Amino acid sequence: MLDQTFYQKADEIIAFYGKKPASLIPIMQDIQGEYRYLPGELLTYVAGQIGITEAKAYSVATFYENFSFEPKGKYVIKVCDGTACHVRKSAPILEKFQKELGLSAKKHTTDDMLFTVETVSCLGACGLAPTVMVNEEVHPKMTPEKVLELLQELRGEKG
Amino acid sequence: MGKITIDGRNVEFTDEKNVLSIIRKAGIDVPTLCYQPELSVFGACRMCTVEDDRGRLFASCSEEPRDGMVIFTNTAKLIKYRRKLLELLLAAHDRECTTCERSGDCQLQALANRYGVTDVRFSNYKERVPLDTSSPSIVRDPNKCILCGNCVRVCDELQSVGALGFAERGADATVTPAFQKQIAETDCVNCGQCRVYCPTGAITIKNDIDPVMDALADPTVRVVAQIAPAVRVAVNDAFGLEKGNNAIGKIVSFLKRLGFDEVYDTIFSADLTIMEEAAEFLERVQNGGKLPLLTSCCPAWVKFVGDQFPEFTEHVSTCRSPQGMMSAAVKEYFRDPAKAEGKKTVMVSFMPCTAKKMEAKRPNSFTKGEQDTDYVLTSTELIRMIQMSGISFAKLEDTPADDPFGIGSGGGVIFGVTGGVTEAVIRRLVPDQNPETMKMIAESGVRKDGFIREFSVPYNGMNLNICVASGLANARTVMEQVRSGEKKYHLIEIMACRRGCVYGGGQPRRSAMETTDDRTAGIYKADASMELKKCDFNPAITALYEGFAKGKEHELFHNHMFCAK
Repeated sequence: MLDQTFYQKADEIIAFYGKKPASLIPIMQDIQGEYRYLPGELLTYVAGQIGITEAKAYSVATFYENFSFEPKGKYVIKVCDGTACHVRKSAPILEKFQKELGLSAKKHTTDDMLFTVETVSCLGACGLAPTVMVNEEVHPKMTPEKVLELLQELRGEKG
Repeated sequence: MGKITIDGRNVEFTDEKNVLSIIRKAGIDVPTLCYQPELSVFGACRMCTVEDDRGRLFASCSEEPRDGMVIFTNTAKLIKYRRKLLELLLAAHDRECTTCERSGDCQLQALANRYGVTDVRFSNYKERVPLDTSSPSIVRDPNKCILCGNCVRVCDELQSVGALGFAERGADATVTPAFQKQIAETDCVNCGQCRVYCPTGAITIKNDIDPVMDALADPTVRVVAQIAPAVRVAVNDAFGLEKGNNAIGKIVSFLKRLGFDEVYDTIFSADLTIMEEAAEFLERVQNGGKLPLLTSCCPAWVKFVGDQFPEFTEHVSTCRSPQGMMSAAVKEYFRDPAKAEGKKTVMVSFMPCTAKKMEAKRPNSFTKGEQDTDYVLTSTELIRMIQMSGISFAKLEDTPADDPFGIGSGGGVIFGVTGGVTEAVIRRLVPDQNPETMKMIAESGVRKDGFIREFSVPYNGMNLNICVASGLANARTVMEQVRSGEKKYHLIEIMACRRGCVYGGGQPRRSAMETTDDRTAGIYKADASMELKKCDFNPAITALYEGFAKGKEHELFHNHMFCAK
């Protein structure tokens, strides 16, 4: 069960975009922006409020890779695996992140909810390949060695 | 308006919305899997692809006709194209055809056969997923789903329930309830229309034949059948007999041959329903009770009210459905030790409906702690039983249903079509059953075209405003107007399936090329052939009220609480 504050927040967002089916995607984006993920119960609630079925809302939410029903870590690390990054060896970078954090292709978020590691198809920064994004910050020309430094830096920031 | 050339022949068209309809009107069965005239155009399966005079291919279902178009429907290129599509669909499909419920009646199988697909060169990389058997009415096997979206659209567009949707994308796409829930955890009303529109074995009826066969083999058990009105006009479909014709006599003979001890006719309890429901209706009208009265015969509709319009649950008639009344009456009748002869009674109902399987298990479908209806089998399961028995259905003689629950009126028969319950109620309100009176009632508006019918009938100096609707999306429209106060009715009859039970979720499927409504015609024809038109003239009903049911009417024929499921 979600805290009442989640529903209050959702109500604010729904009021902003209007109770209509077309508001679904912007509402979902704002909710995810707020909580770094899309709580399932909230999606059901939004569907009821804007007059679409739960199945329809679920259909839209799962169509887009961007939406996640799993809570994400404080730092969302997006490893670009687009063509340019791939040929410039993005795979070892992803492996390094996963190995260091004990993650895999199935497990994306550390148990302490600090890190989430995902791949993305292209960040549009091919000139900087291989590229990694941590939340909104771009890290160009990554190497497996730099991964260690980056993680240390992020952990330090926590402390 | 205009002309198009199809395979070298000129074909005129008028207001057809797509090229496919014109091709079919011209008598060419261009294959489709996802196209359904009553649903939105989806264009997913591409089977209806045709070629134009410049060699371009396009899906005819989603192409608007233009005057002067030249198209070909059966070129070498198209045959290869369709065969490749089928091969790809089959590659990702569980092809255990021999053990599939739909074998022999599967559109995918039929098309693979028709186009001579003899080899599938690609392997299925999809992980096997478990079946969803949570519903008492239907079974979902996602391994057989071809993503045509028919179930998703029928549930959303015709039924406005939307229990199913697509999830994920591309090769990962599936059809599922939200959050991969089981179907029984959703607002599914068990209507089974998804199963009617499913081209493969991905959604099938929950099969309950085996326990019935076991009961028939048990000498300590009295197995009793009841046969719903709509079943009798659907069974012929499977046996090459005239479609829509009333086969009740043959069905009774068959069930007797199979070993049923008693075979009763649900039109008897349909009459009983009208006696009770008309009384309840008049009582509410005269004493300021909750109006509009909402009919309670259709369990999918009752569940829909509970899920979607809970503030109207007290408007729903307390009457049990004809299935419920028959079973409660039969069970009570055989509770008398003199009648029971030491045997346990097992009640089996033959219904056009998958939701009846759910209704039988509803907490208010029990009397004296006993489940009234033990097993519900659909027309489709009845057909399967006939096929298993090897008995030639066509050669069976007609046998009348057994006393004392075998006689019903024409008013009971027409329960099988939308408007039938209302028409039977109006017949109850008039004093006679003369042909002129019956004709007047039939022309009151109750048999109008359309899925929402509004009309008024005069009664005792007042006008009774009535609404008859079928299809739950139409029911939603009606109920929203009632909720907003825009419309006021005394009586609302809803059947969850469009056109009523004759096209229920348990009925045999029809191919898209068949467009005549012979089942509705068959029901009206059966009514026309009967002398007894109204329930209060039915001697078996009078005998029941004066006999064992006396003083137990409320216990046996009414629900003592509202239960949606």
